[in-house]
Amino acid sequence: MIVQQQKTKGWLLLAAPLLFLSLFYFYPLLKIFSLSFFPDGSWTNSGLVRFFSTPTYLRILWFTCWQAALSTLLTLIVALPGAYIYAHYSFPGKGLVRVLTTIPFVLPTVVTATAFRALLGDGGLVNTLLMNLFHLQGPPIHLNQSIAFFLLAHVFYNYALVMRIVGGYWAGLAPELQQAASMLGASPCRVFTKITLPLLMPAIGSAALLIFIFCFTSFGVVLILGGPKFATLEVEIYRQAIHLFNLPMAATLSLIQILMNFFLMWLHARLSQRADLSWFEGGGSEKLKPARTRWDVFWITANMGFMGILLLAPLLALVIRSFLGDHGWTPAYYLALFTQQTDSLFFVPPASAIFNSIGFALATMGLALLLGLSAAAFIALPKKTGAALWDALIMLPLATSAVTLGFGYIITLNKPPLNLRNSGLLVIFAHTLVAFPFVIRCLLPSLRRIPTALREAAALLGASPLQIKLSIDLPLISKALMGGAVFAFAISMGEFGASTFVTRPQTPTLPVAIFRFLSRPGELNYGQAMAMSVILMLVTSLAFFLLEKLQTAGRR
Amino acid sequence: MKQIIFLLLFSLAAWLLLPSTVPAQETLTLMTHDSFNVSRKLIQEFEQQNQVKLQVLKAGDAGAALIQAILSKENPLADVFFGVDNTFFSRAIQADIFEPYASPELENIDDRFKLDPKNRLLPVDYGDVCLNYDKAWFIKKGLAPPTDLEDLVKPEYKGLTVVENPATSSPGLAFLLATISRFGEQGYLVYWQQLRDNEVLVANGWEDAYYGHFTSASKGNRPIVVSYGSSPAAVVYYAEKPMDSAPTEAVVSDSSAFRQIEFVGIVKGTNKKILAQKLVDFMLSRPFQENIPLQMFVFPVNRTATLPPVFKKYARVARTPATVAPAAIEKNREAWIEAWTNTVLR
Repeated sequence: MIVQQQKTKGWLLLAAPLLFLSLFYFYPLLKIFSLSFFPDGSWTNSGLVRFFSTPTYLRILWFTCWQAALSTLLTLIVALPGAYIYAHYSFPGKGLVRVLTTIPFVLPTVVTATAFRALLGDGGLVNTLLMNLFHLQGPPIHLNQSIAFFLLAHVFYNYALVMRIVGGYWAGLAPELQQAASMLGASPCRVFTKITLPLLMPAIGSAALLIFIFCFTSFGVVLILGGPKFATLEVEIYRQAIHLFNLPMAATLSLIQILMNFFLMWLHARLSQRADLSWFEGGGSEKLKPARTRWDVFWITANMGFMGILLLAPLLALVIRSFLGDHGWTPAYYLALFTQQTDSLFFVPPASAIFNSIGFALATMGLALLLGLSAAAFIALPKKTGAALWDALIMLPLATSAVTLGFGYIITLNKPPLNLRNSGLLVIFAHTLVAFPFVIRCLLPSLRRIPTALREAAALLGASPLQIKLSIDLPLISKALMGGAVFAFAISMGEFGASTFVTRPQTPTLPVAIFRFLSRPGELNYGQAMAMSVILMLVTSLAFFLLEKLQTAGRR
Repeated sequence: MKQIIFLLLFSLAAWLLLPSTVPAQETLTLMTHDSFNVSRKLIQEFEQQNQVKLQVLKAGDAGAALIQAILSKENPLADVFFGVDNTFFSRAIQADIFEPYASPELENIDDRFKLDPKNRLLPVDYGDVCLNYDKAWFIKKGLAPPTDLEDLVKPEYKGLTVVENPATSSPGLAFLLATISRFGEQGYLVYWQQLRDNEVLVANGWEDAYYGHFTSASKGNRPIVVSYGSSPAAVVYYAEKPMDSAPTEAVVSDSSAFRQIEFVGIVKGTNKKILAQKLVDFMLSRPFQENIPLQMFVFPVNRTATLPPVFKKYARVARTPATVAPAAIEKNREAWIEAWTNTVLR
């Protein structure tokens, strides 16, 4: 009886996310697939046949896989030390660092590309500096249109994911086990590989999975920084759909992309389910230590320095660019943004773009938290059969090409009561679809390790289920929840790809305004795009900062 | 705990502040691509004259917008569609999504722009995709600037040119078509092989080529870029400080520039046919046509329209543009792009 009741409750948790996914993901997707594969009622598999018979497509698939794997590996290597520091030390400026590392997440790819080129391009700051310093004839660093360039950008984008997900989890690990091992004579290296690393695996796995999918479906970064010699599946899908209008081929490629990622997600879900951990210590922030020894200081400084070079230098290059005109330093672009008397029907006053962006982002954050929390709670239910399958299913929107889904929307959400094609709601729904899997990935590792004993004890002491949720579960996952909120917010602020098909000109967001400036020749247009990007960075940092403040205020 | 209540309250406020989408009066919808632009004042005049609210739906680039119009055939998203160009012309006609309309304004438009005898698609504007170069760079190097496509394969032009990938960019495709028109289906690949040997750089999009690699617009190292005949005018118009001459020049010598013509059409199945016709008339009429140059940086097709001074002075039009028939483009697009990709990129 009780078991039965618990089961129903579990399904109730899943109801809202499932309904949302069915309406705004599965239904449009199935419809566009059936239109592509059964154009006149009969099955065509020309896409599949061509896929396996043409080396080009297999080559694209292979490239997509290995660049994603390499990007993931590089990001992990680079970001794990940062996660360690984030989890174990308190030092001045920590909050600021955390905010700054998350900014790359909101930058549209065109802007990121610009930033990297302004820094590392043939005529960029670094090359110019080196040429002047060593009296070189040509630029010593050649990164334009190379693999290294977009790998670097992938690391830049995903650094914060590792720091937040792994760092948040690391902070909660009880140190006793490591201390015991050290006492028994294990070297620090042995302690790390034999104890810490295995304990961290669920969080590392979650972060790695997200990074892999993100890089697997990478579109703009590879397109711009990699140049035309490199194409991911996502790029090819866009090309097939838009330029060649070959829907069967586009659908075939999307399907392959979805299936591959589904398999990976399922595998990951299985693995993390097994790693059933209860080495958990509540709170976390209390045991943060300030840098005491010289080694600590060196370690923190070295890391911050590295992060500064990797993450801050490109952002700084962008800021510099927004103040640098043909004739030296100038505030002209900012002035133009605010004073220009243009009579264009589509002129976006910066204030209204900021307002729209924040409005959409907050609405997305709320919806994504709600859906993500209930879905994660369902998946984390103890001894849930099929949890891995549900887990993977819910993550699917991340692996789906924006074009394919956008086309699905066009042909499905076209009649009342779902006539949403012209509505601002669709923007929020599209953003939420990409954002809430992030919330789930942030929450799951933390939810899973809440010791059942703790809940049982509370129940024994007479706490109601709601009380248990509010006073035990929520405080224990608050850090993870905040991470999810920040990412949901950031994704909505920076989202452009998926929303190309749903953004309505009446409510342009900051990225849309940036693109409008970038699509025309002229110094003033380019400068205003840069200035608008800096505004996007500022607004987002401010929002993150307030969110963080909220977290500390909430804990008191 | 508190923070979660805060978060949800914020989110709720955002939901409540969402702009309501209930139309107050009759709405006419114009679907178009992202580059569409027009003066607010003009649209307001049209709205007042016809007692209608004009909603403009921007749906991605020209290709993406058209495909969405085709996909929504059963239940159209819009009453009027603007932005089919001659490279997508045949696809639009084949999809049968437009209604014929012989606008009275057509008499002011030259026949060379009218590609559809049944007037399902009516010409609105045109522009030439062509080479642009950085004038100062060539003066500084003491090198003669290019005047023709043939120049690009000369040894002294090695490593100077950046073009767009025709597989991912509309000006890129237009430029490929220019070379096909100029050198023929047999010869264009030879030309591109020579270009490749001469270290041509391929960027995936116009933004990237122009702002990423063109010497005149960024810290790039390519003084020659594929852009539009009107780009020099835009550079002057959008200068940070007023200019008395254009820093770039467009090359529009005979058969070296591809002409793009953009069309408007009334979407089949609209229940606001009269209003839709009014909008088409309006878009072809002199006030709108004179508004086109400085809003979209293309040329008006209406011969009664006068050009703004900055256009007269700095924008270029090819006397004899390179042309490829729309039907041939639709038929061969994939094969041509594939062959190009094999020659230039692999």
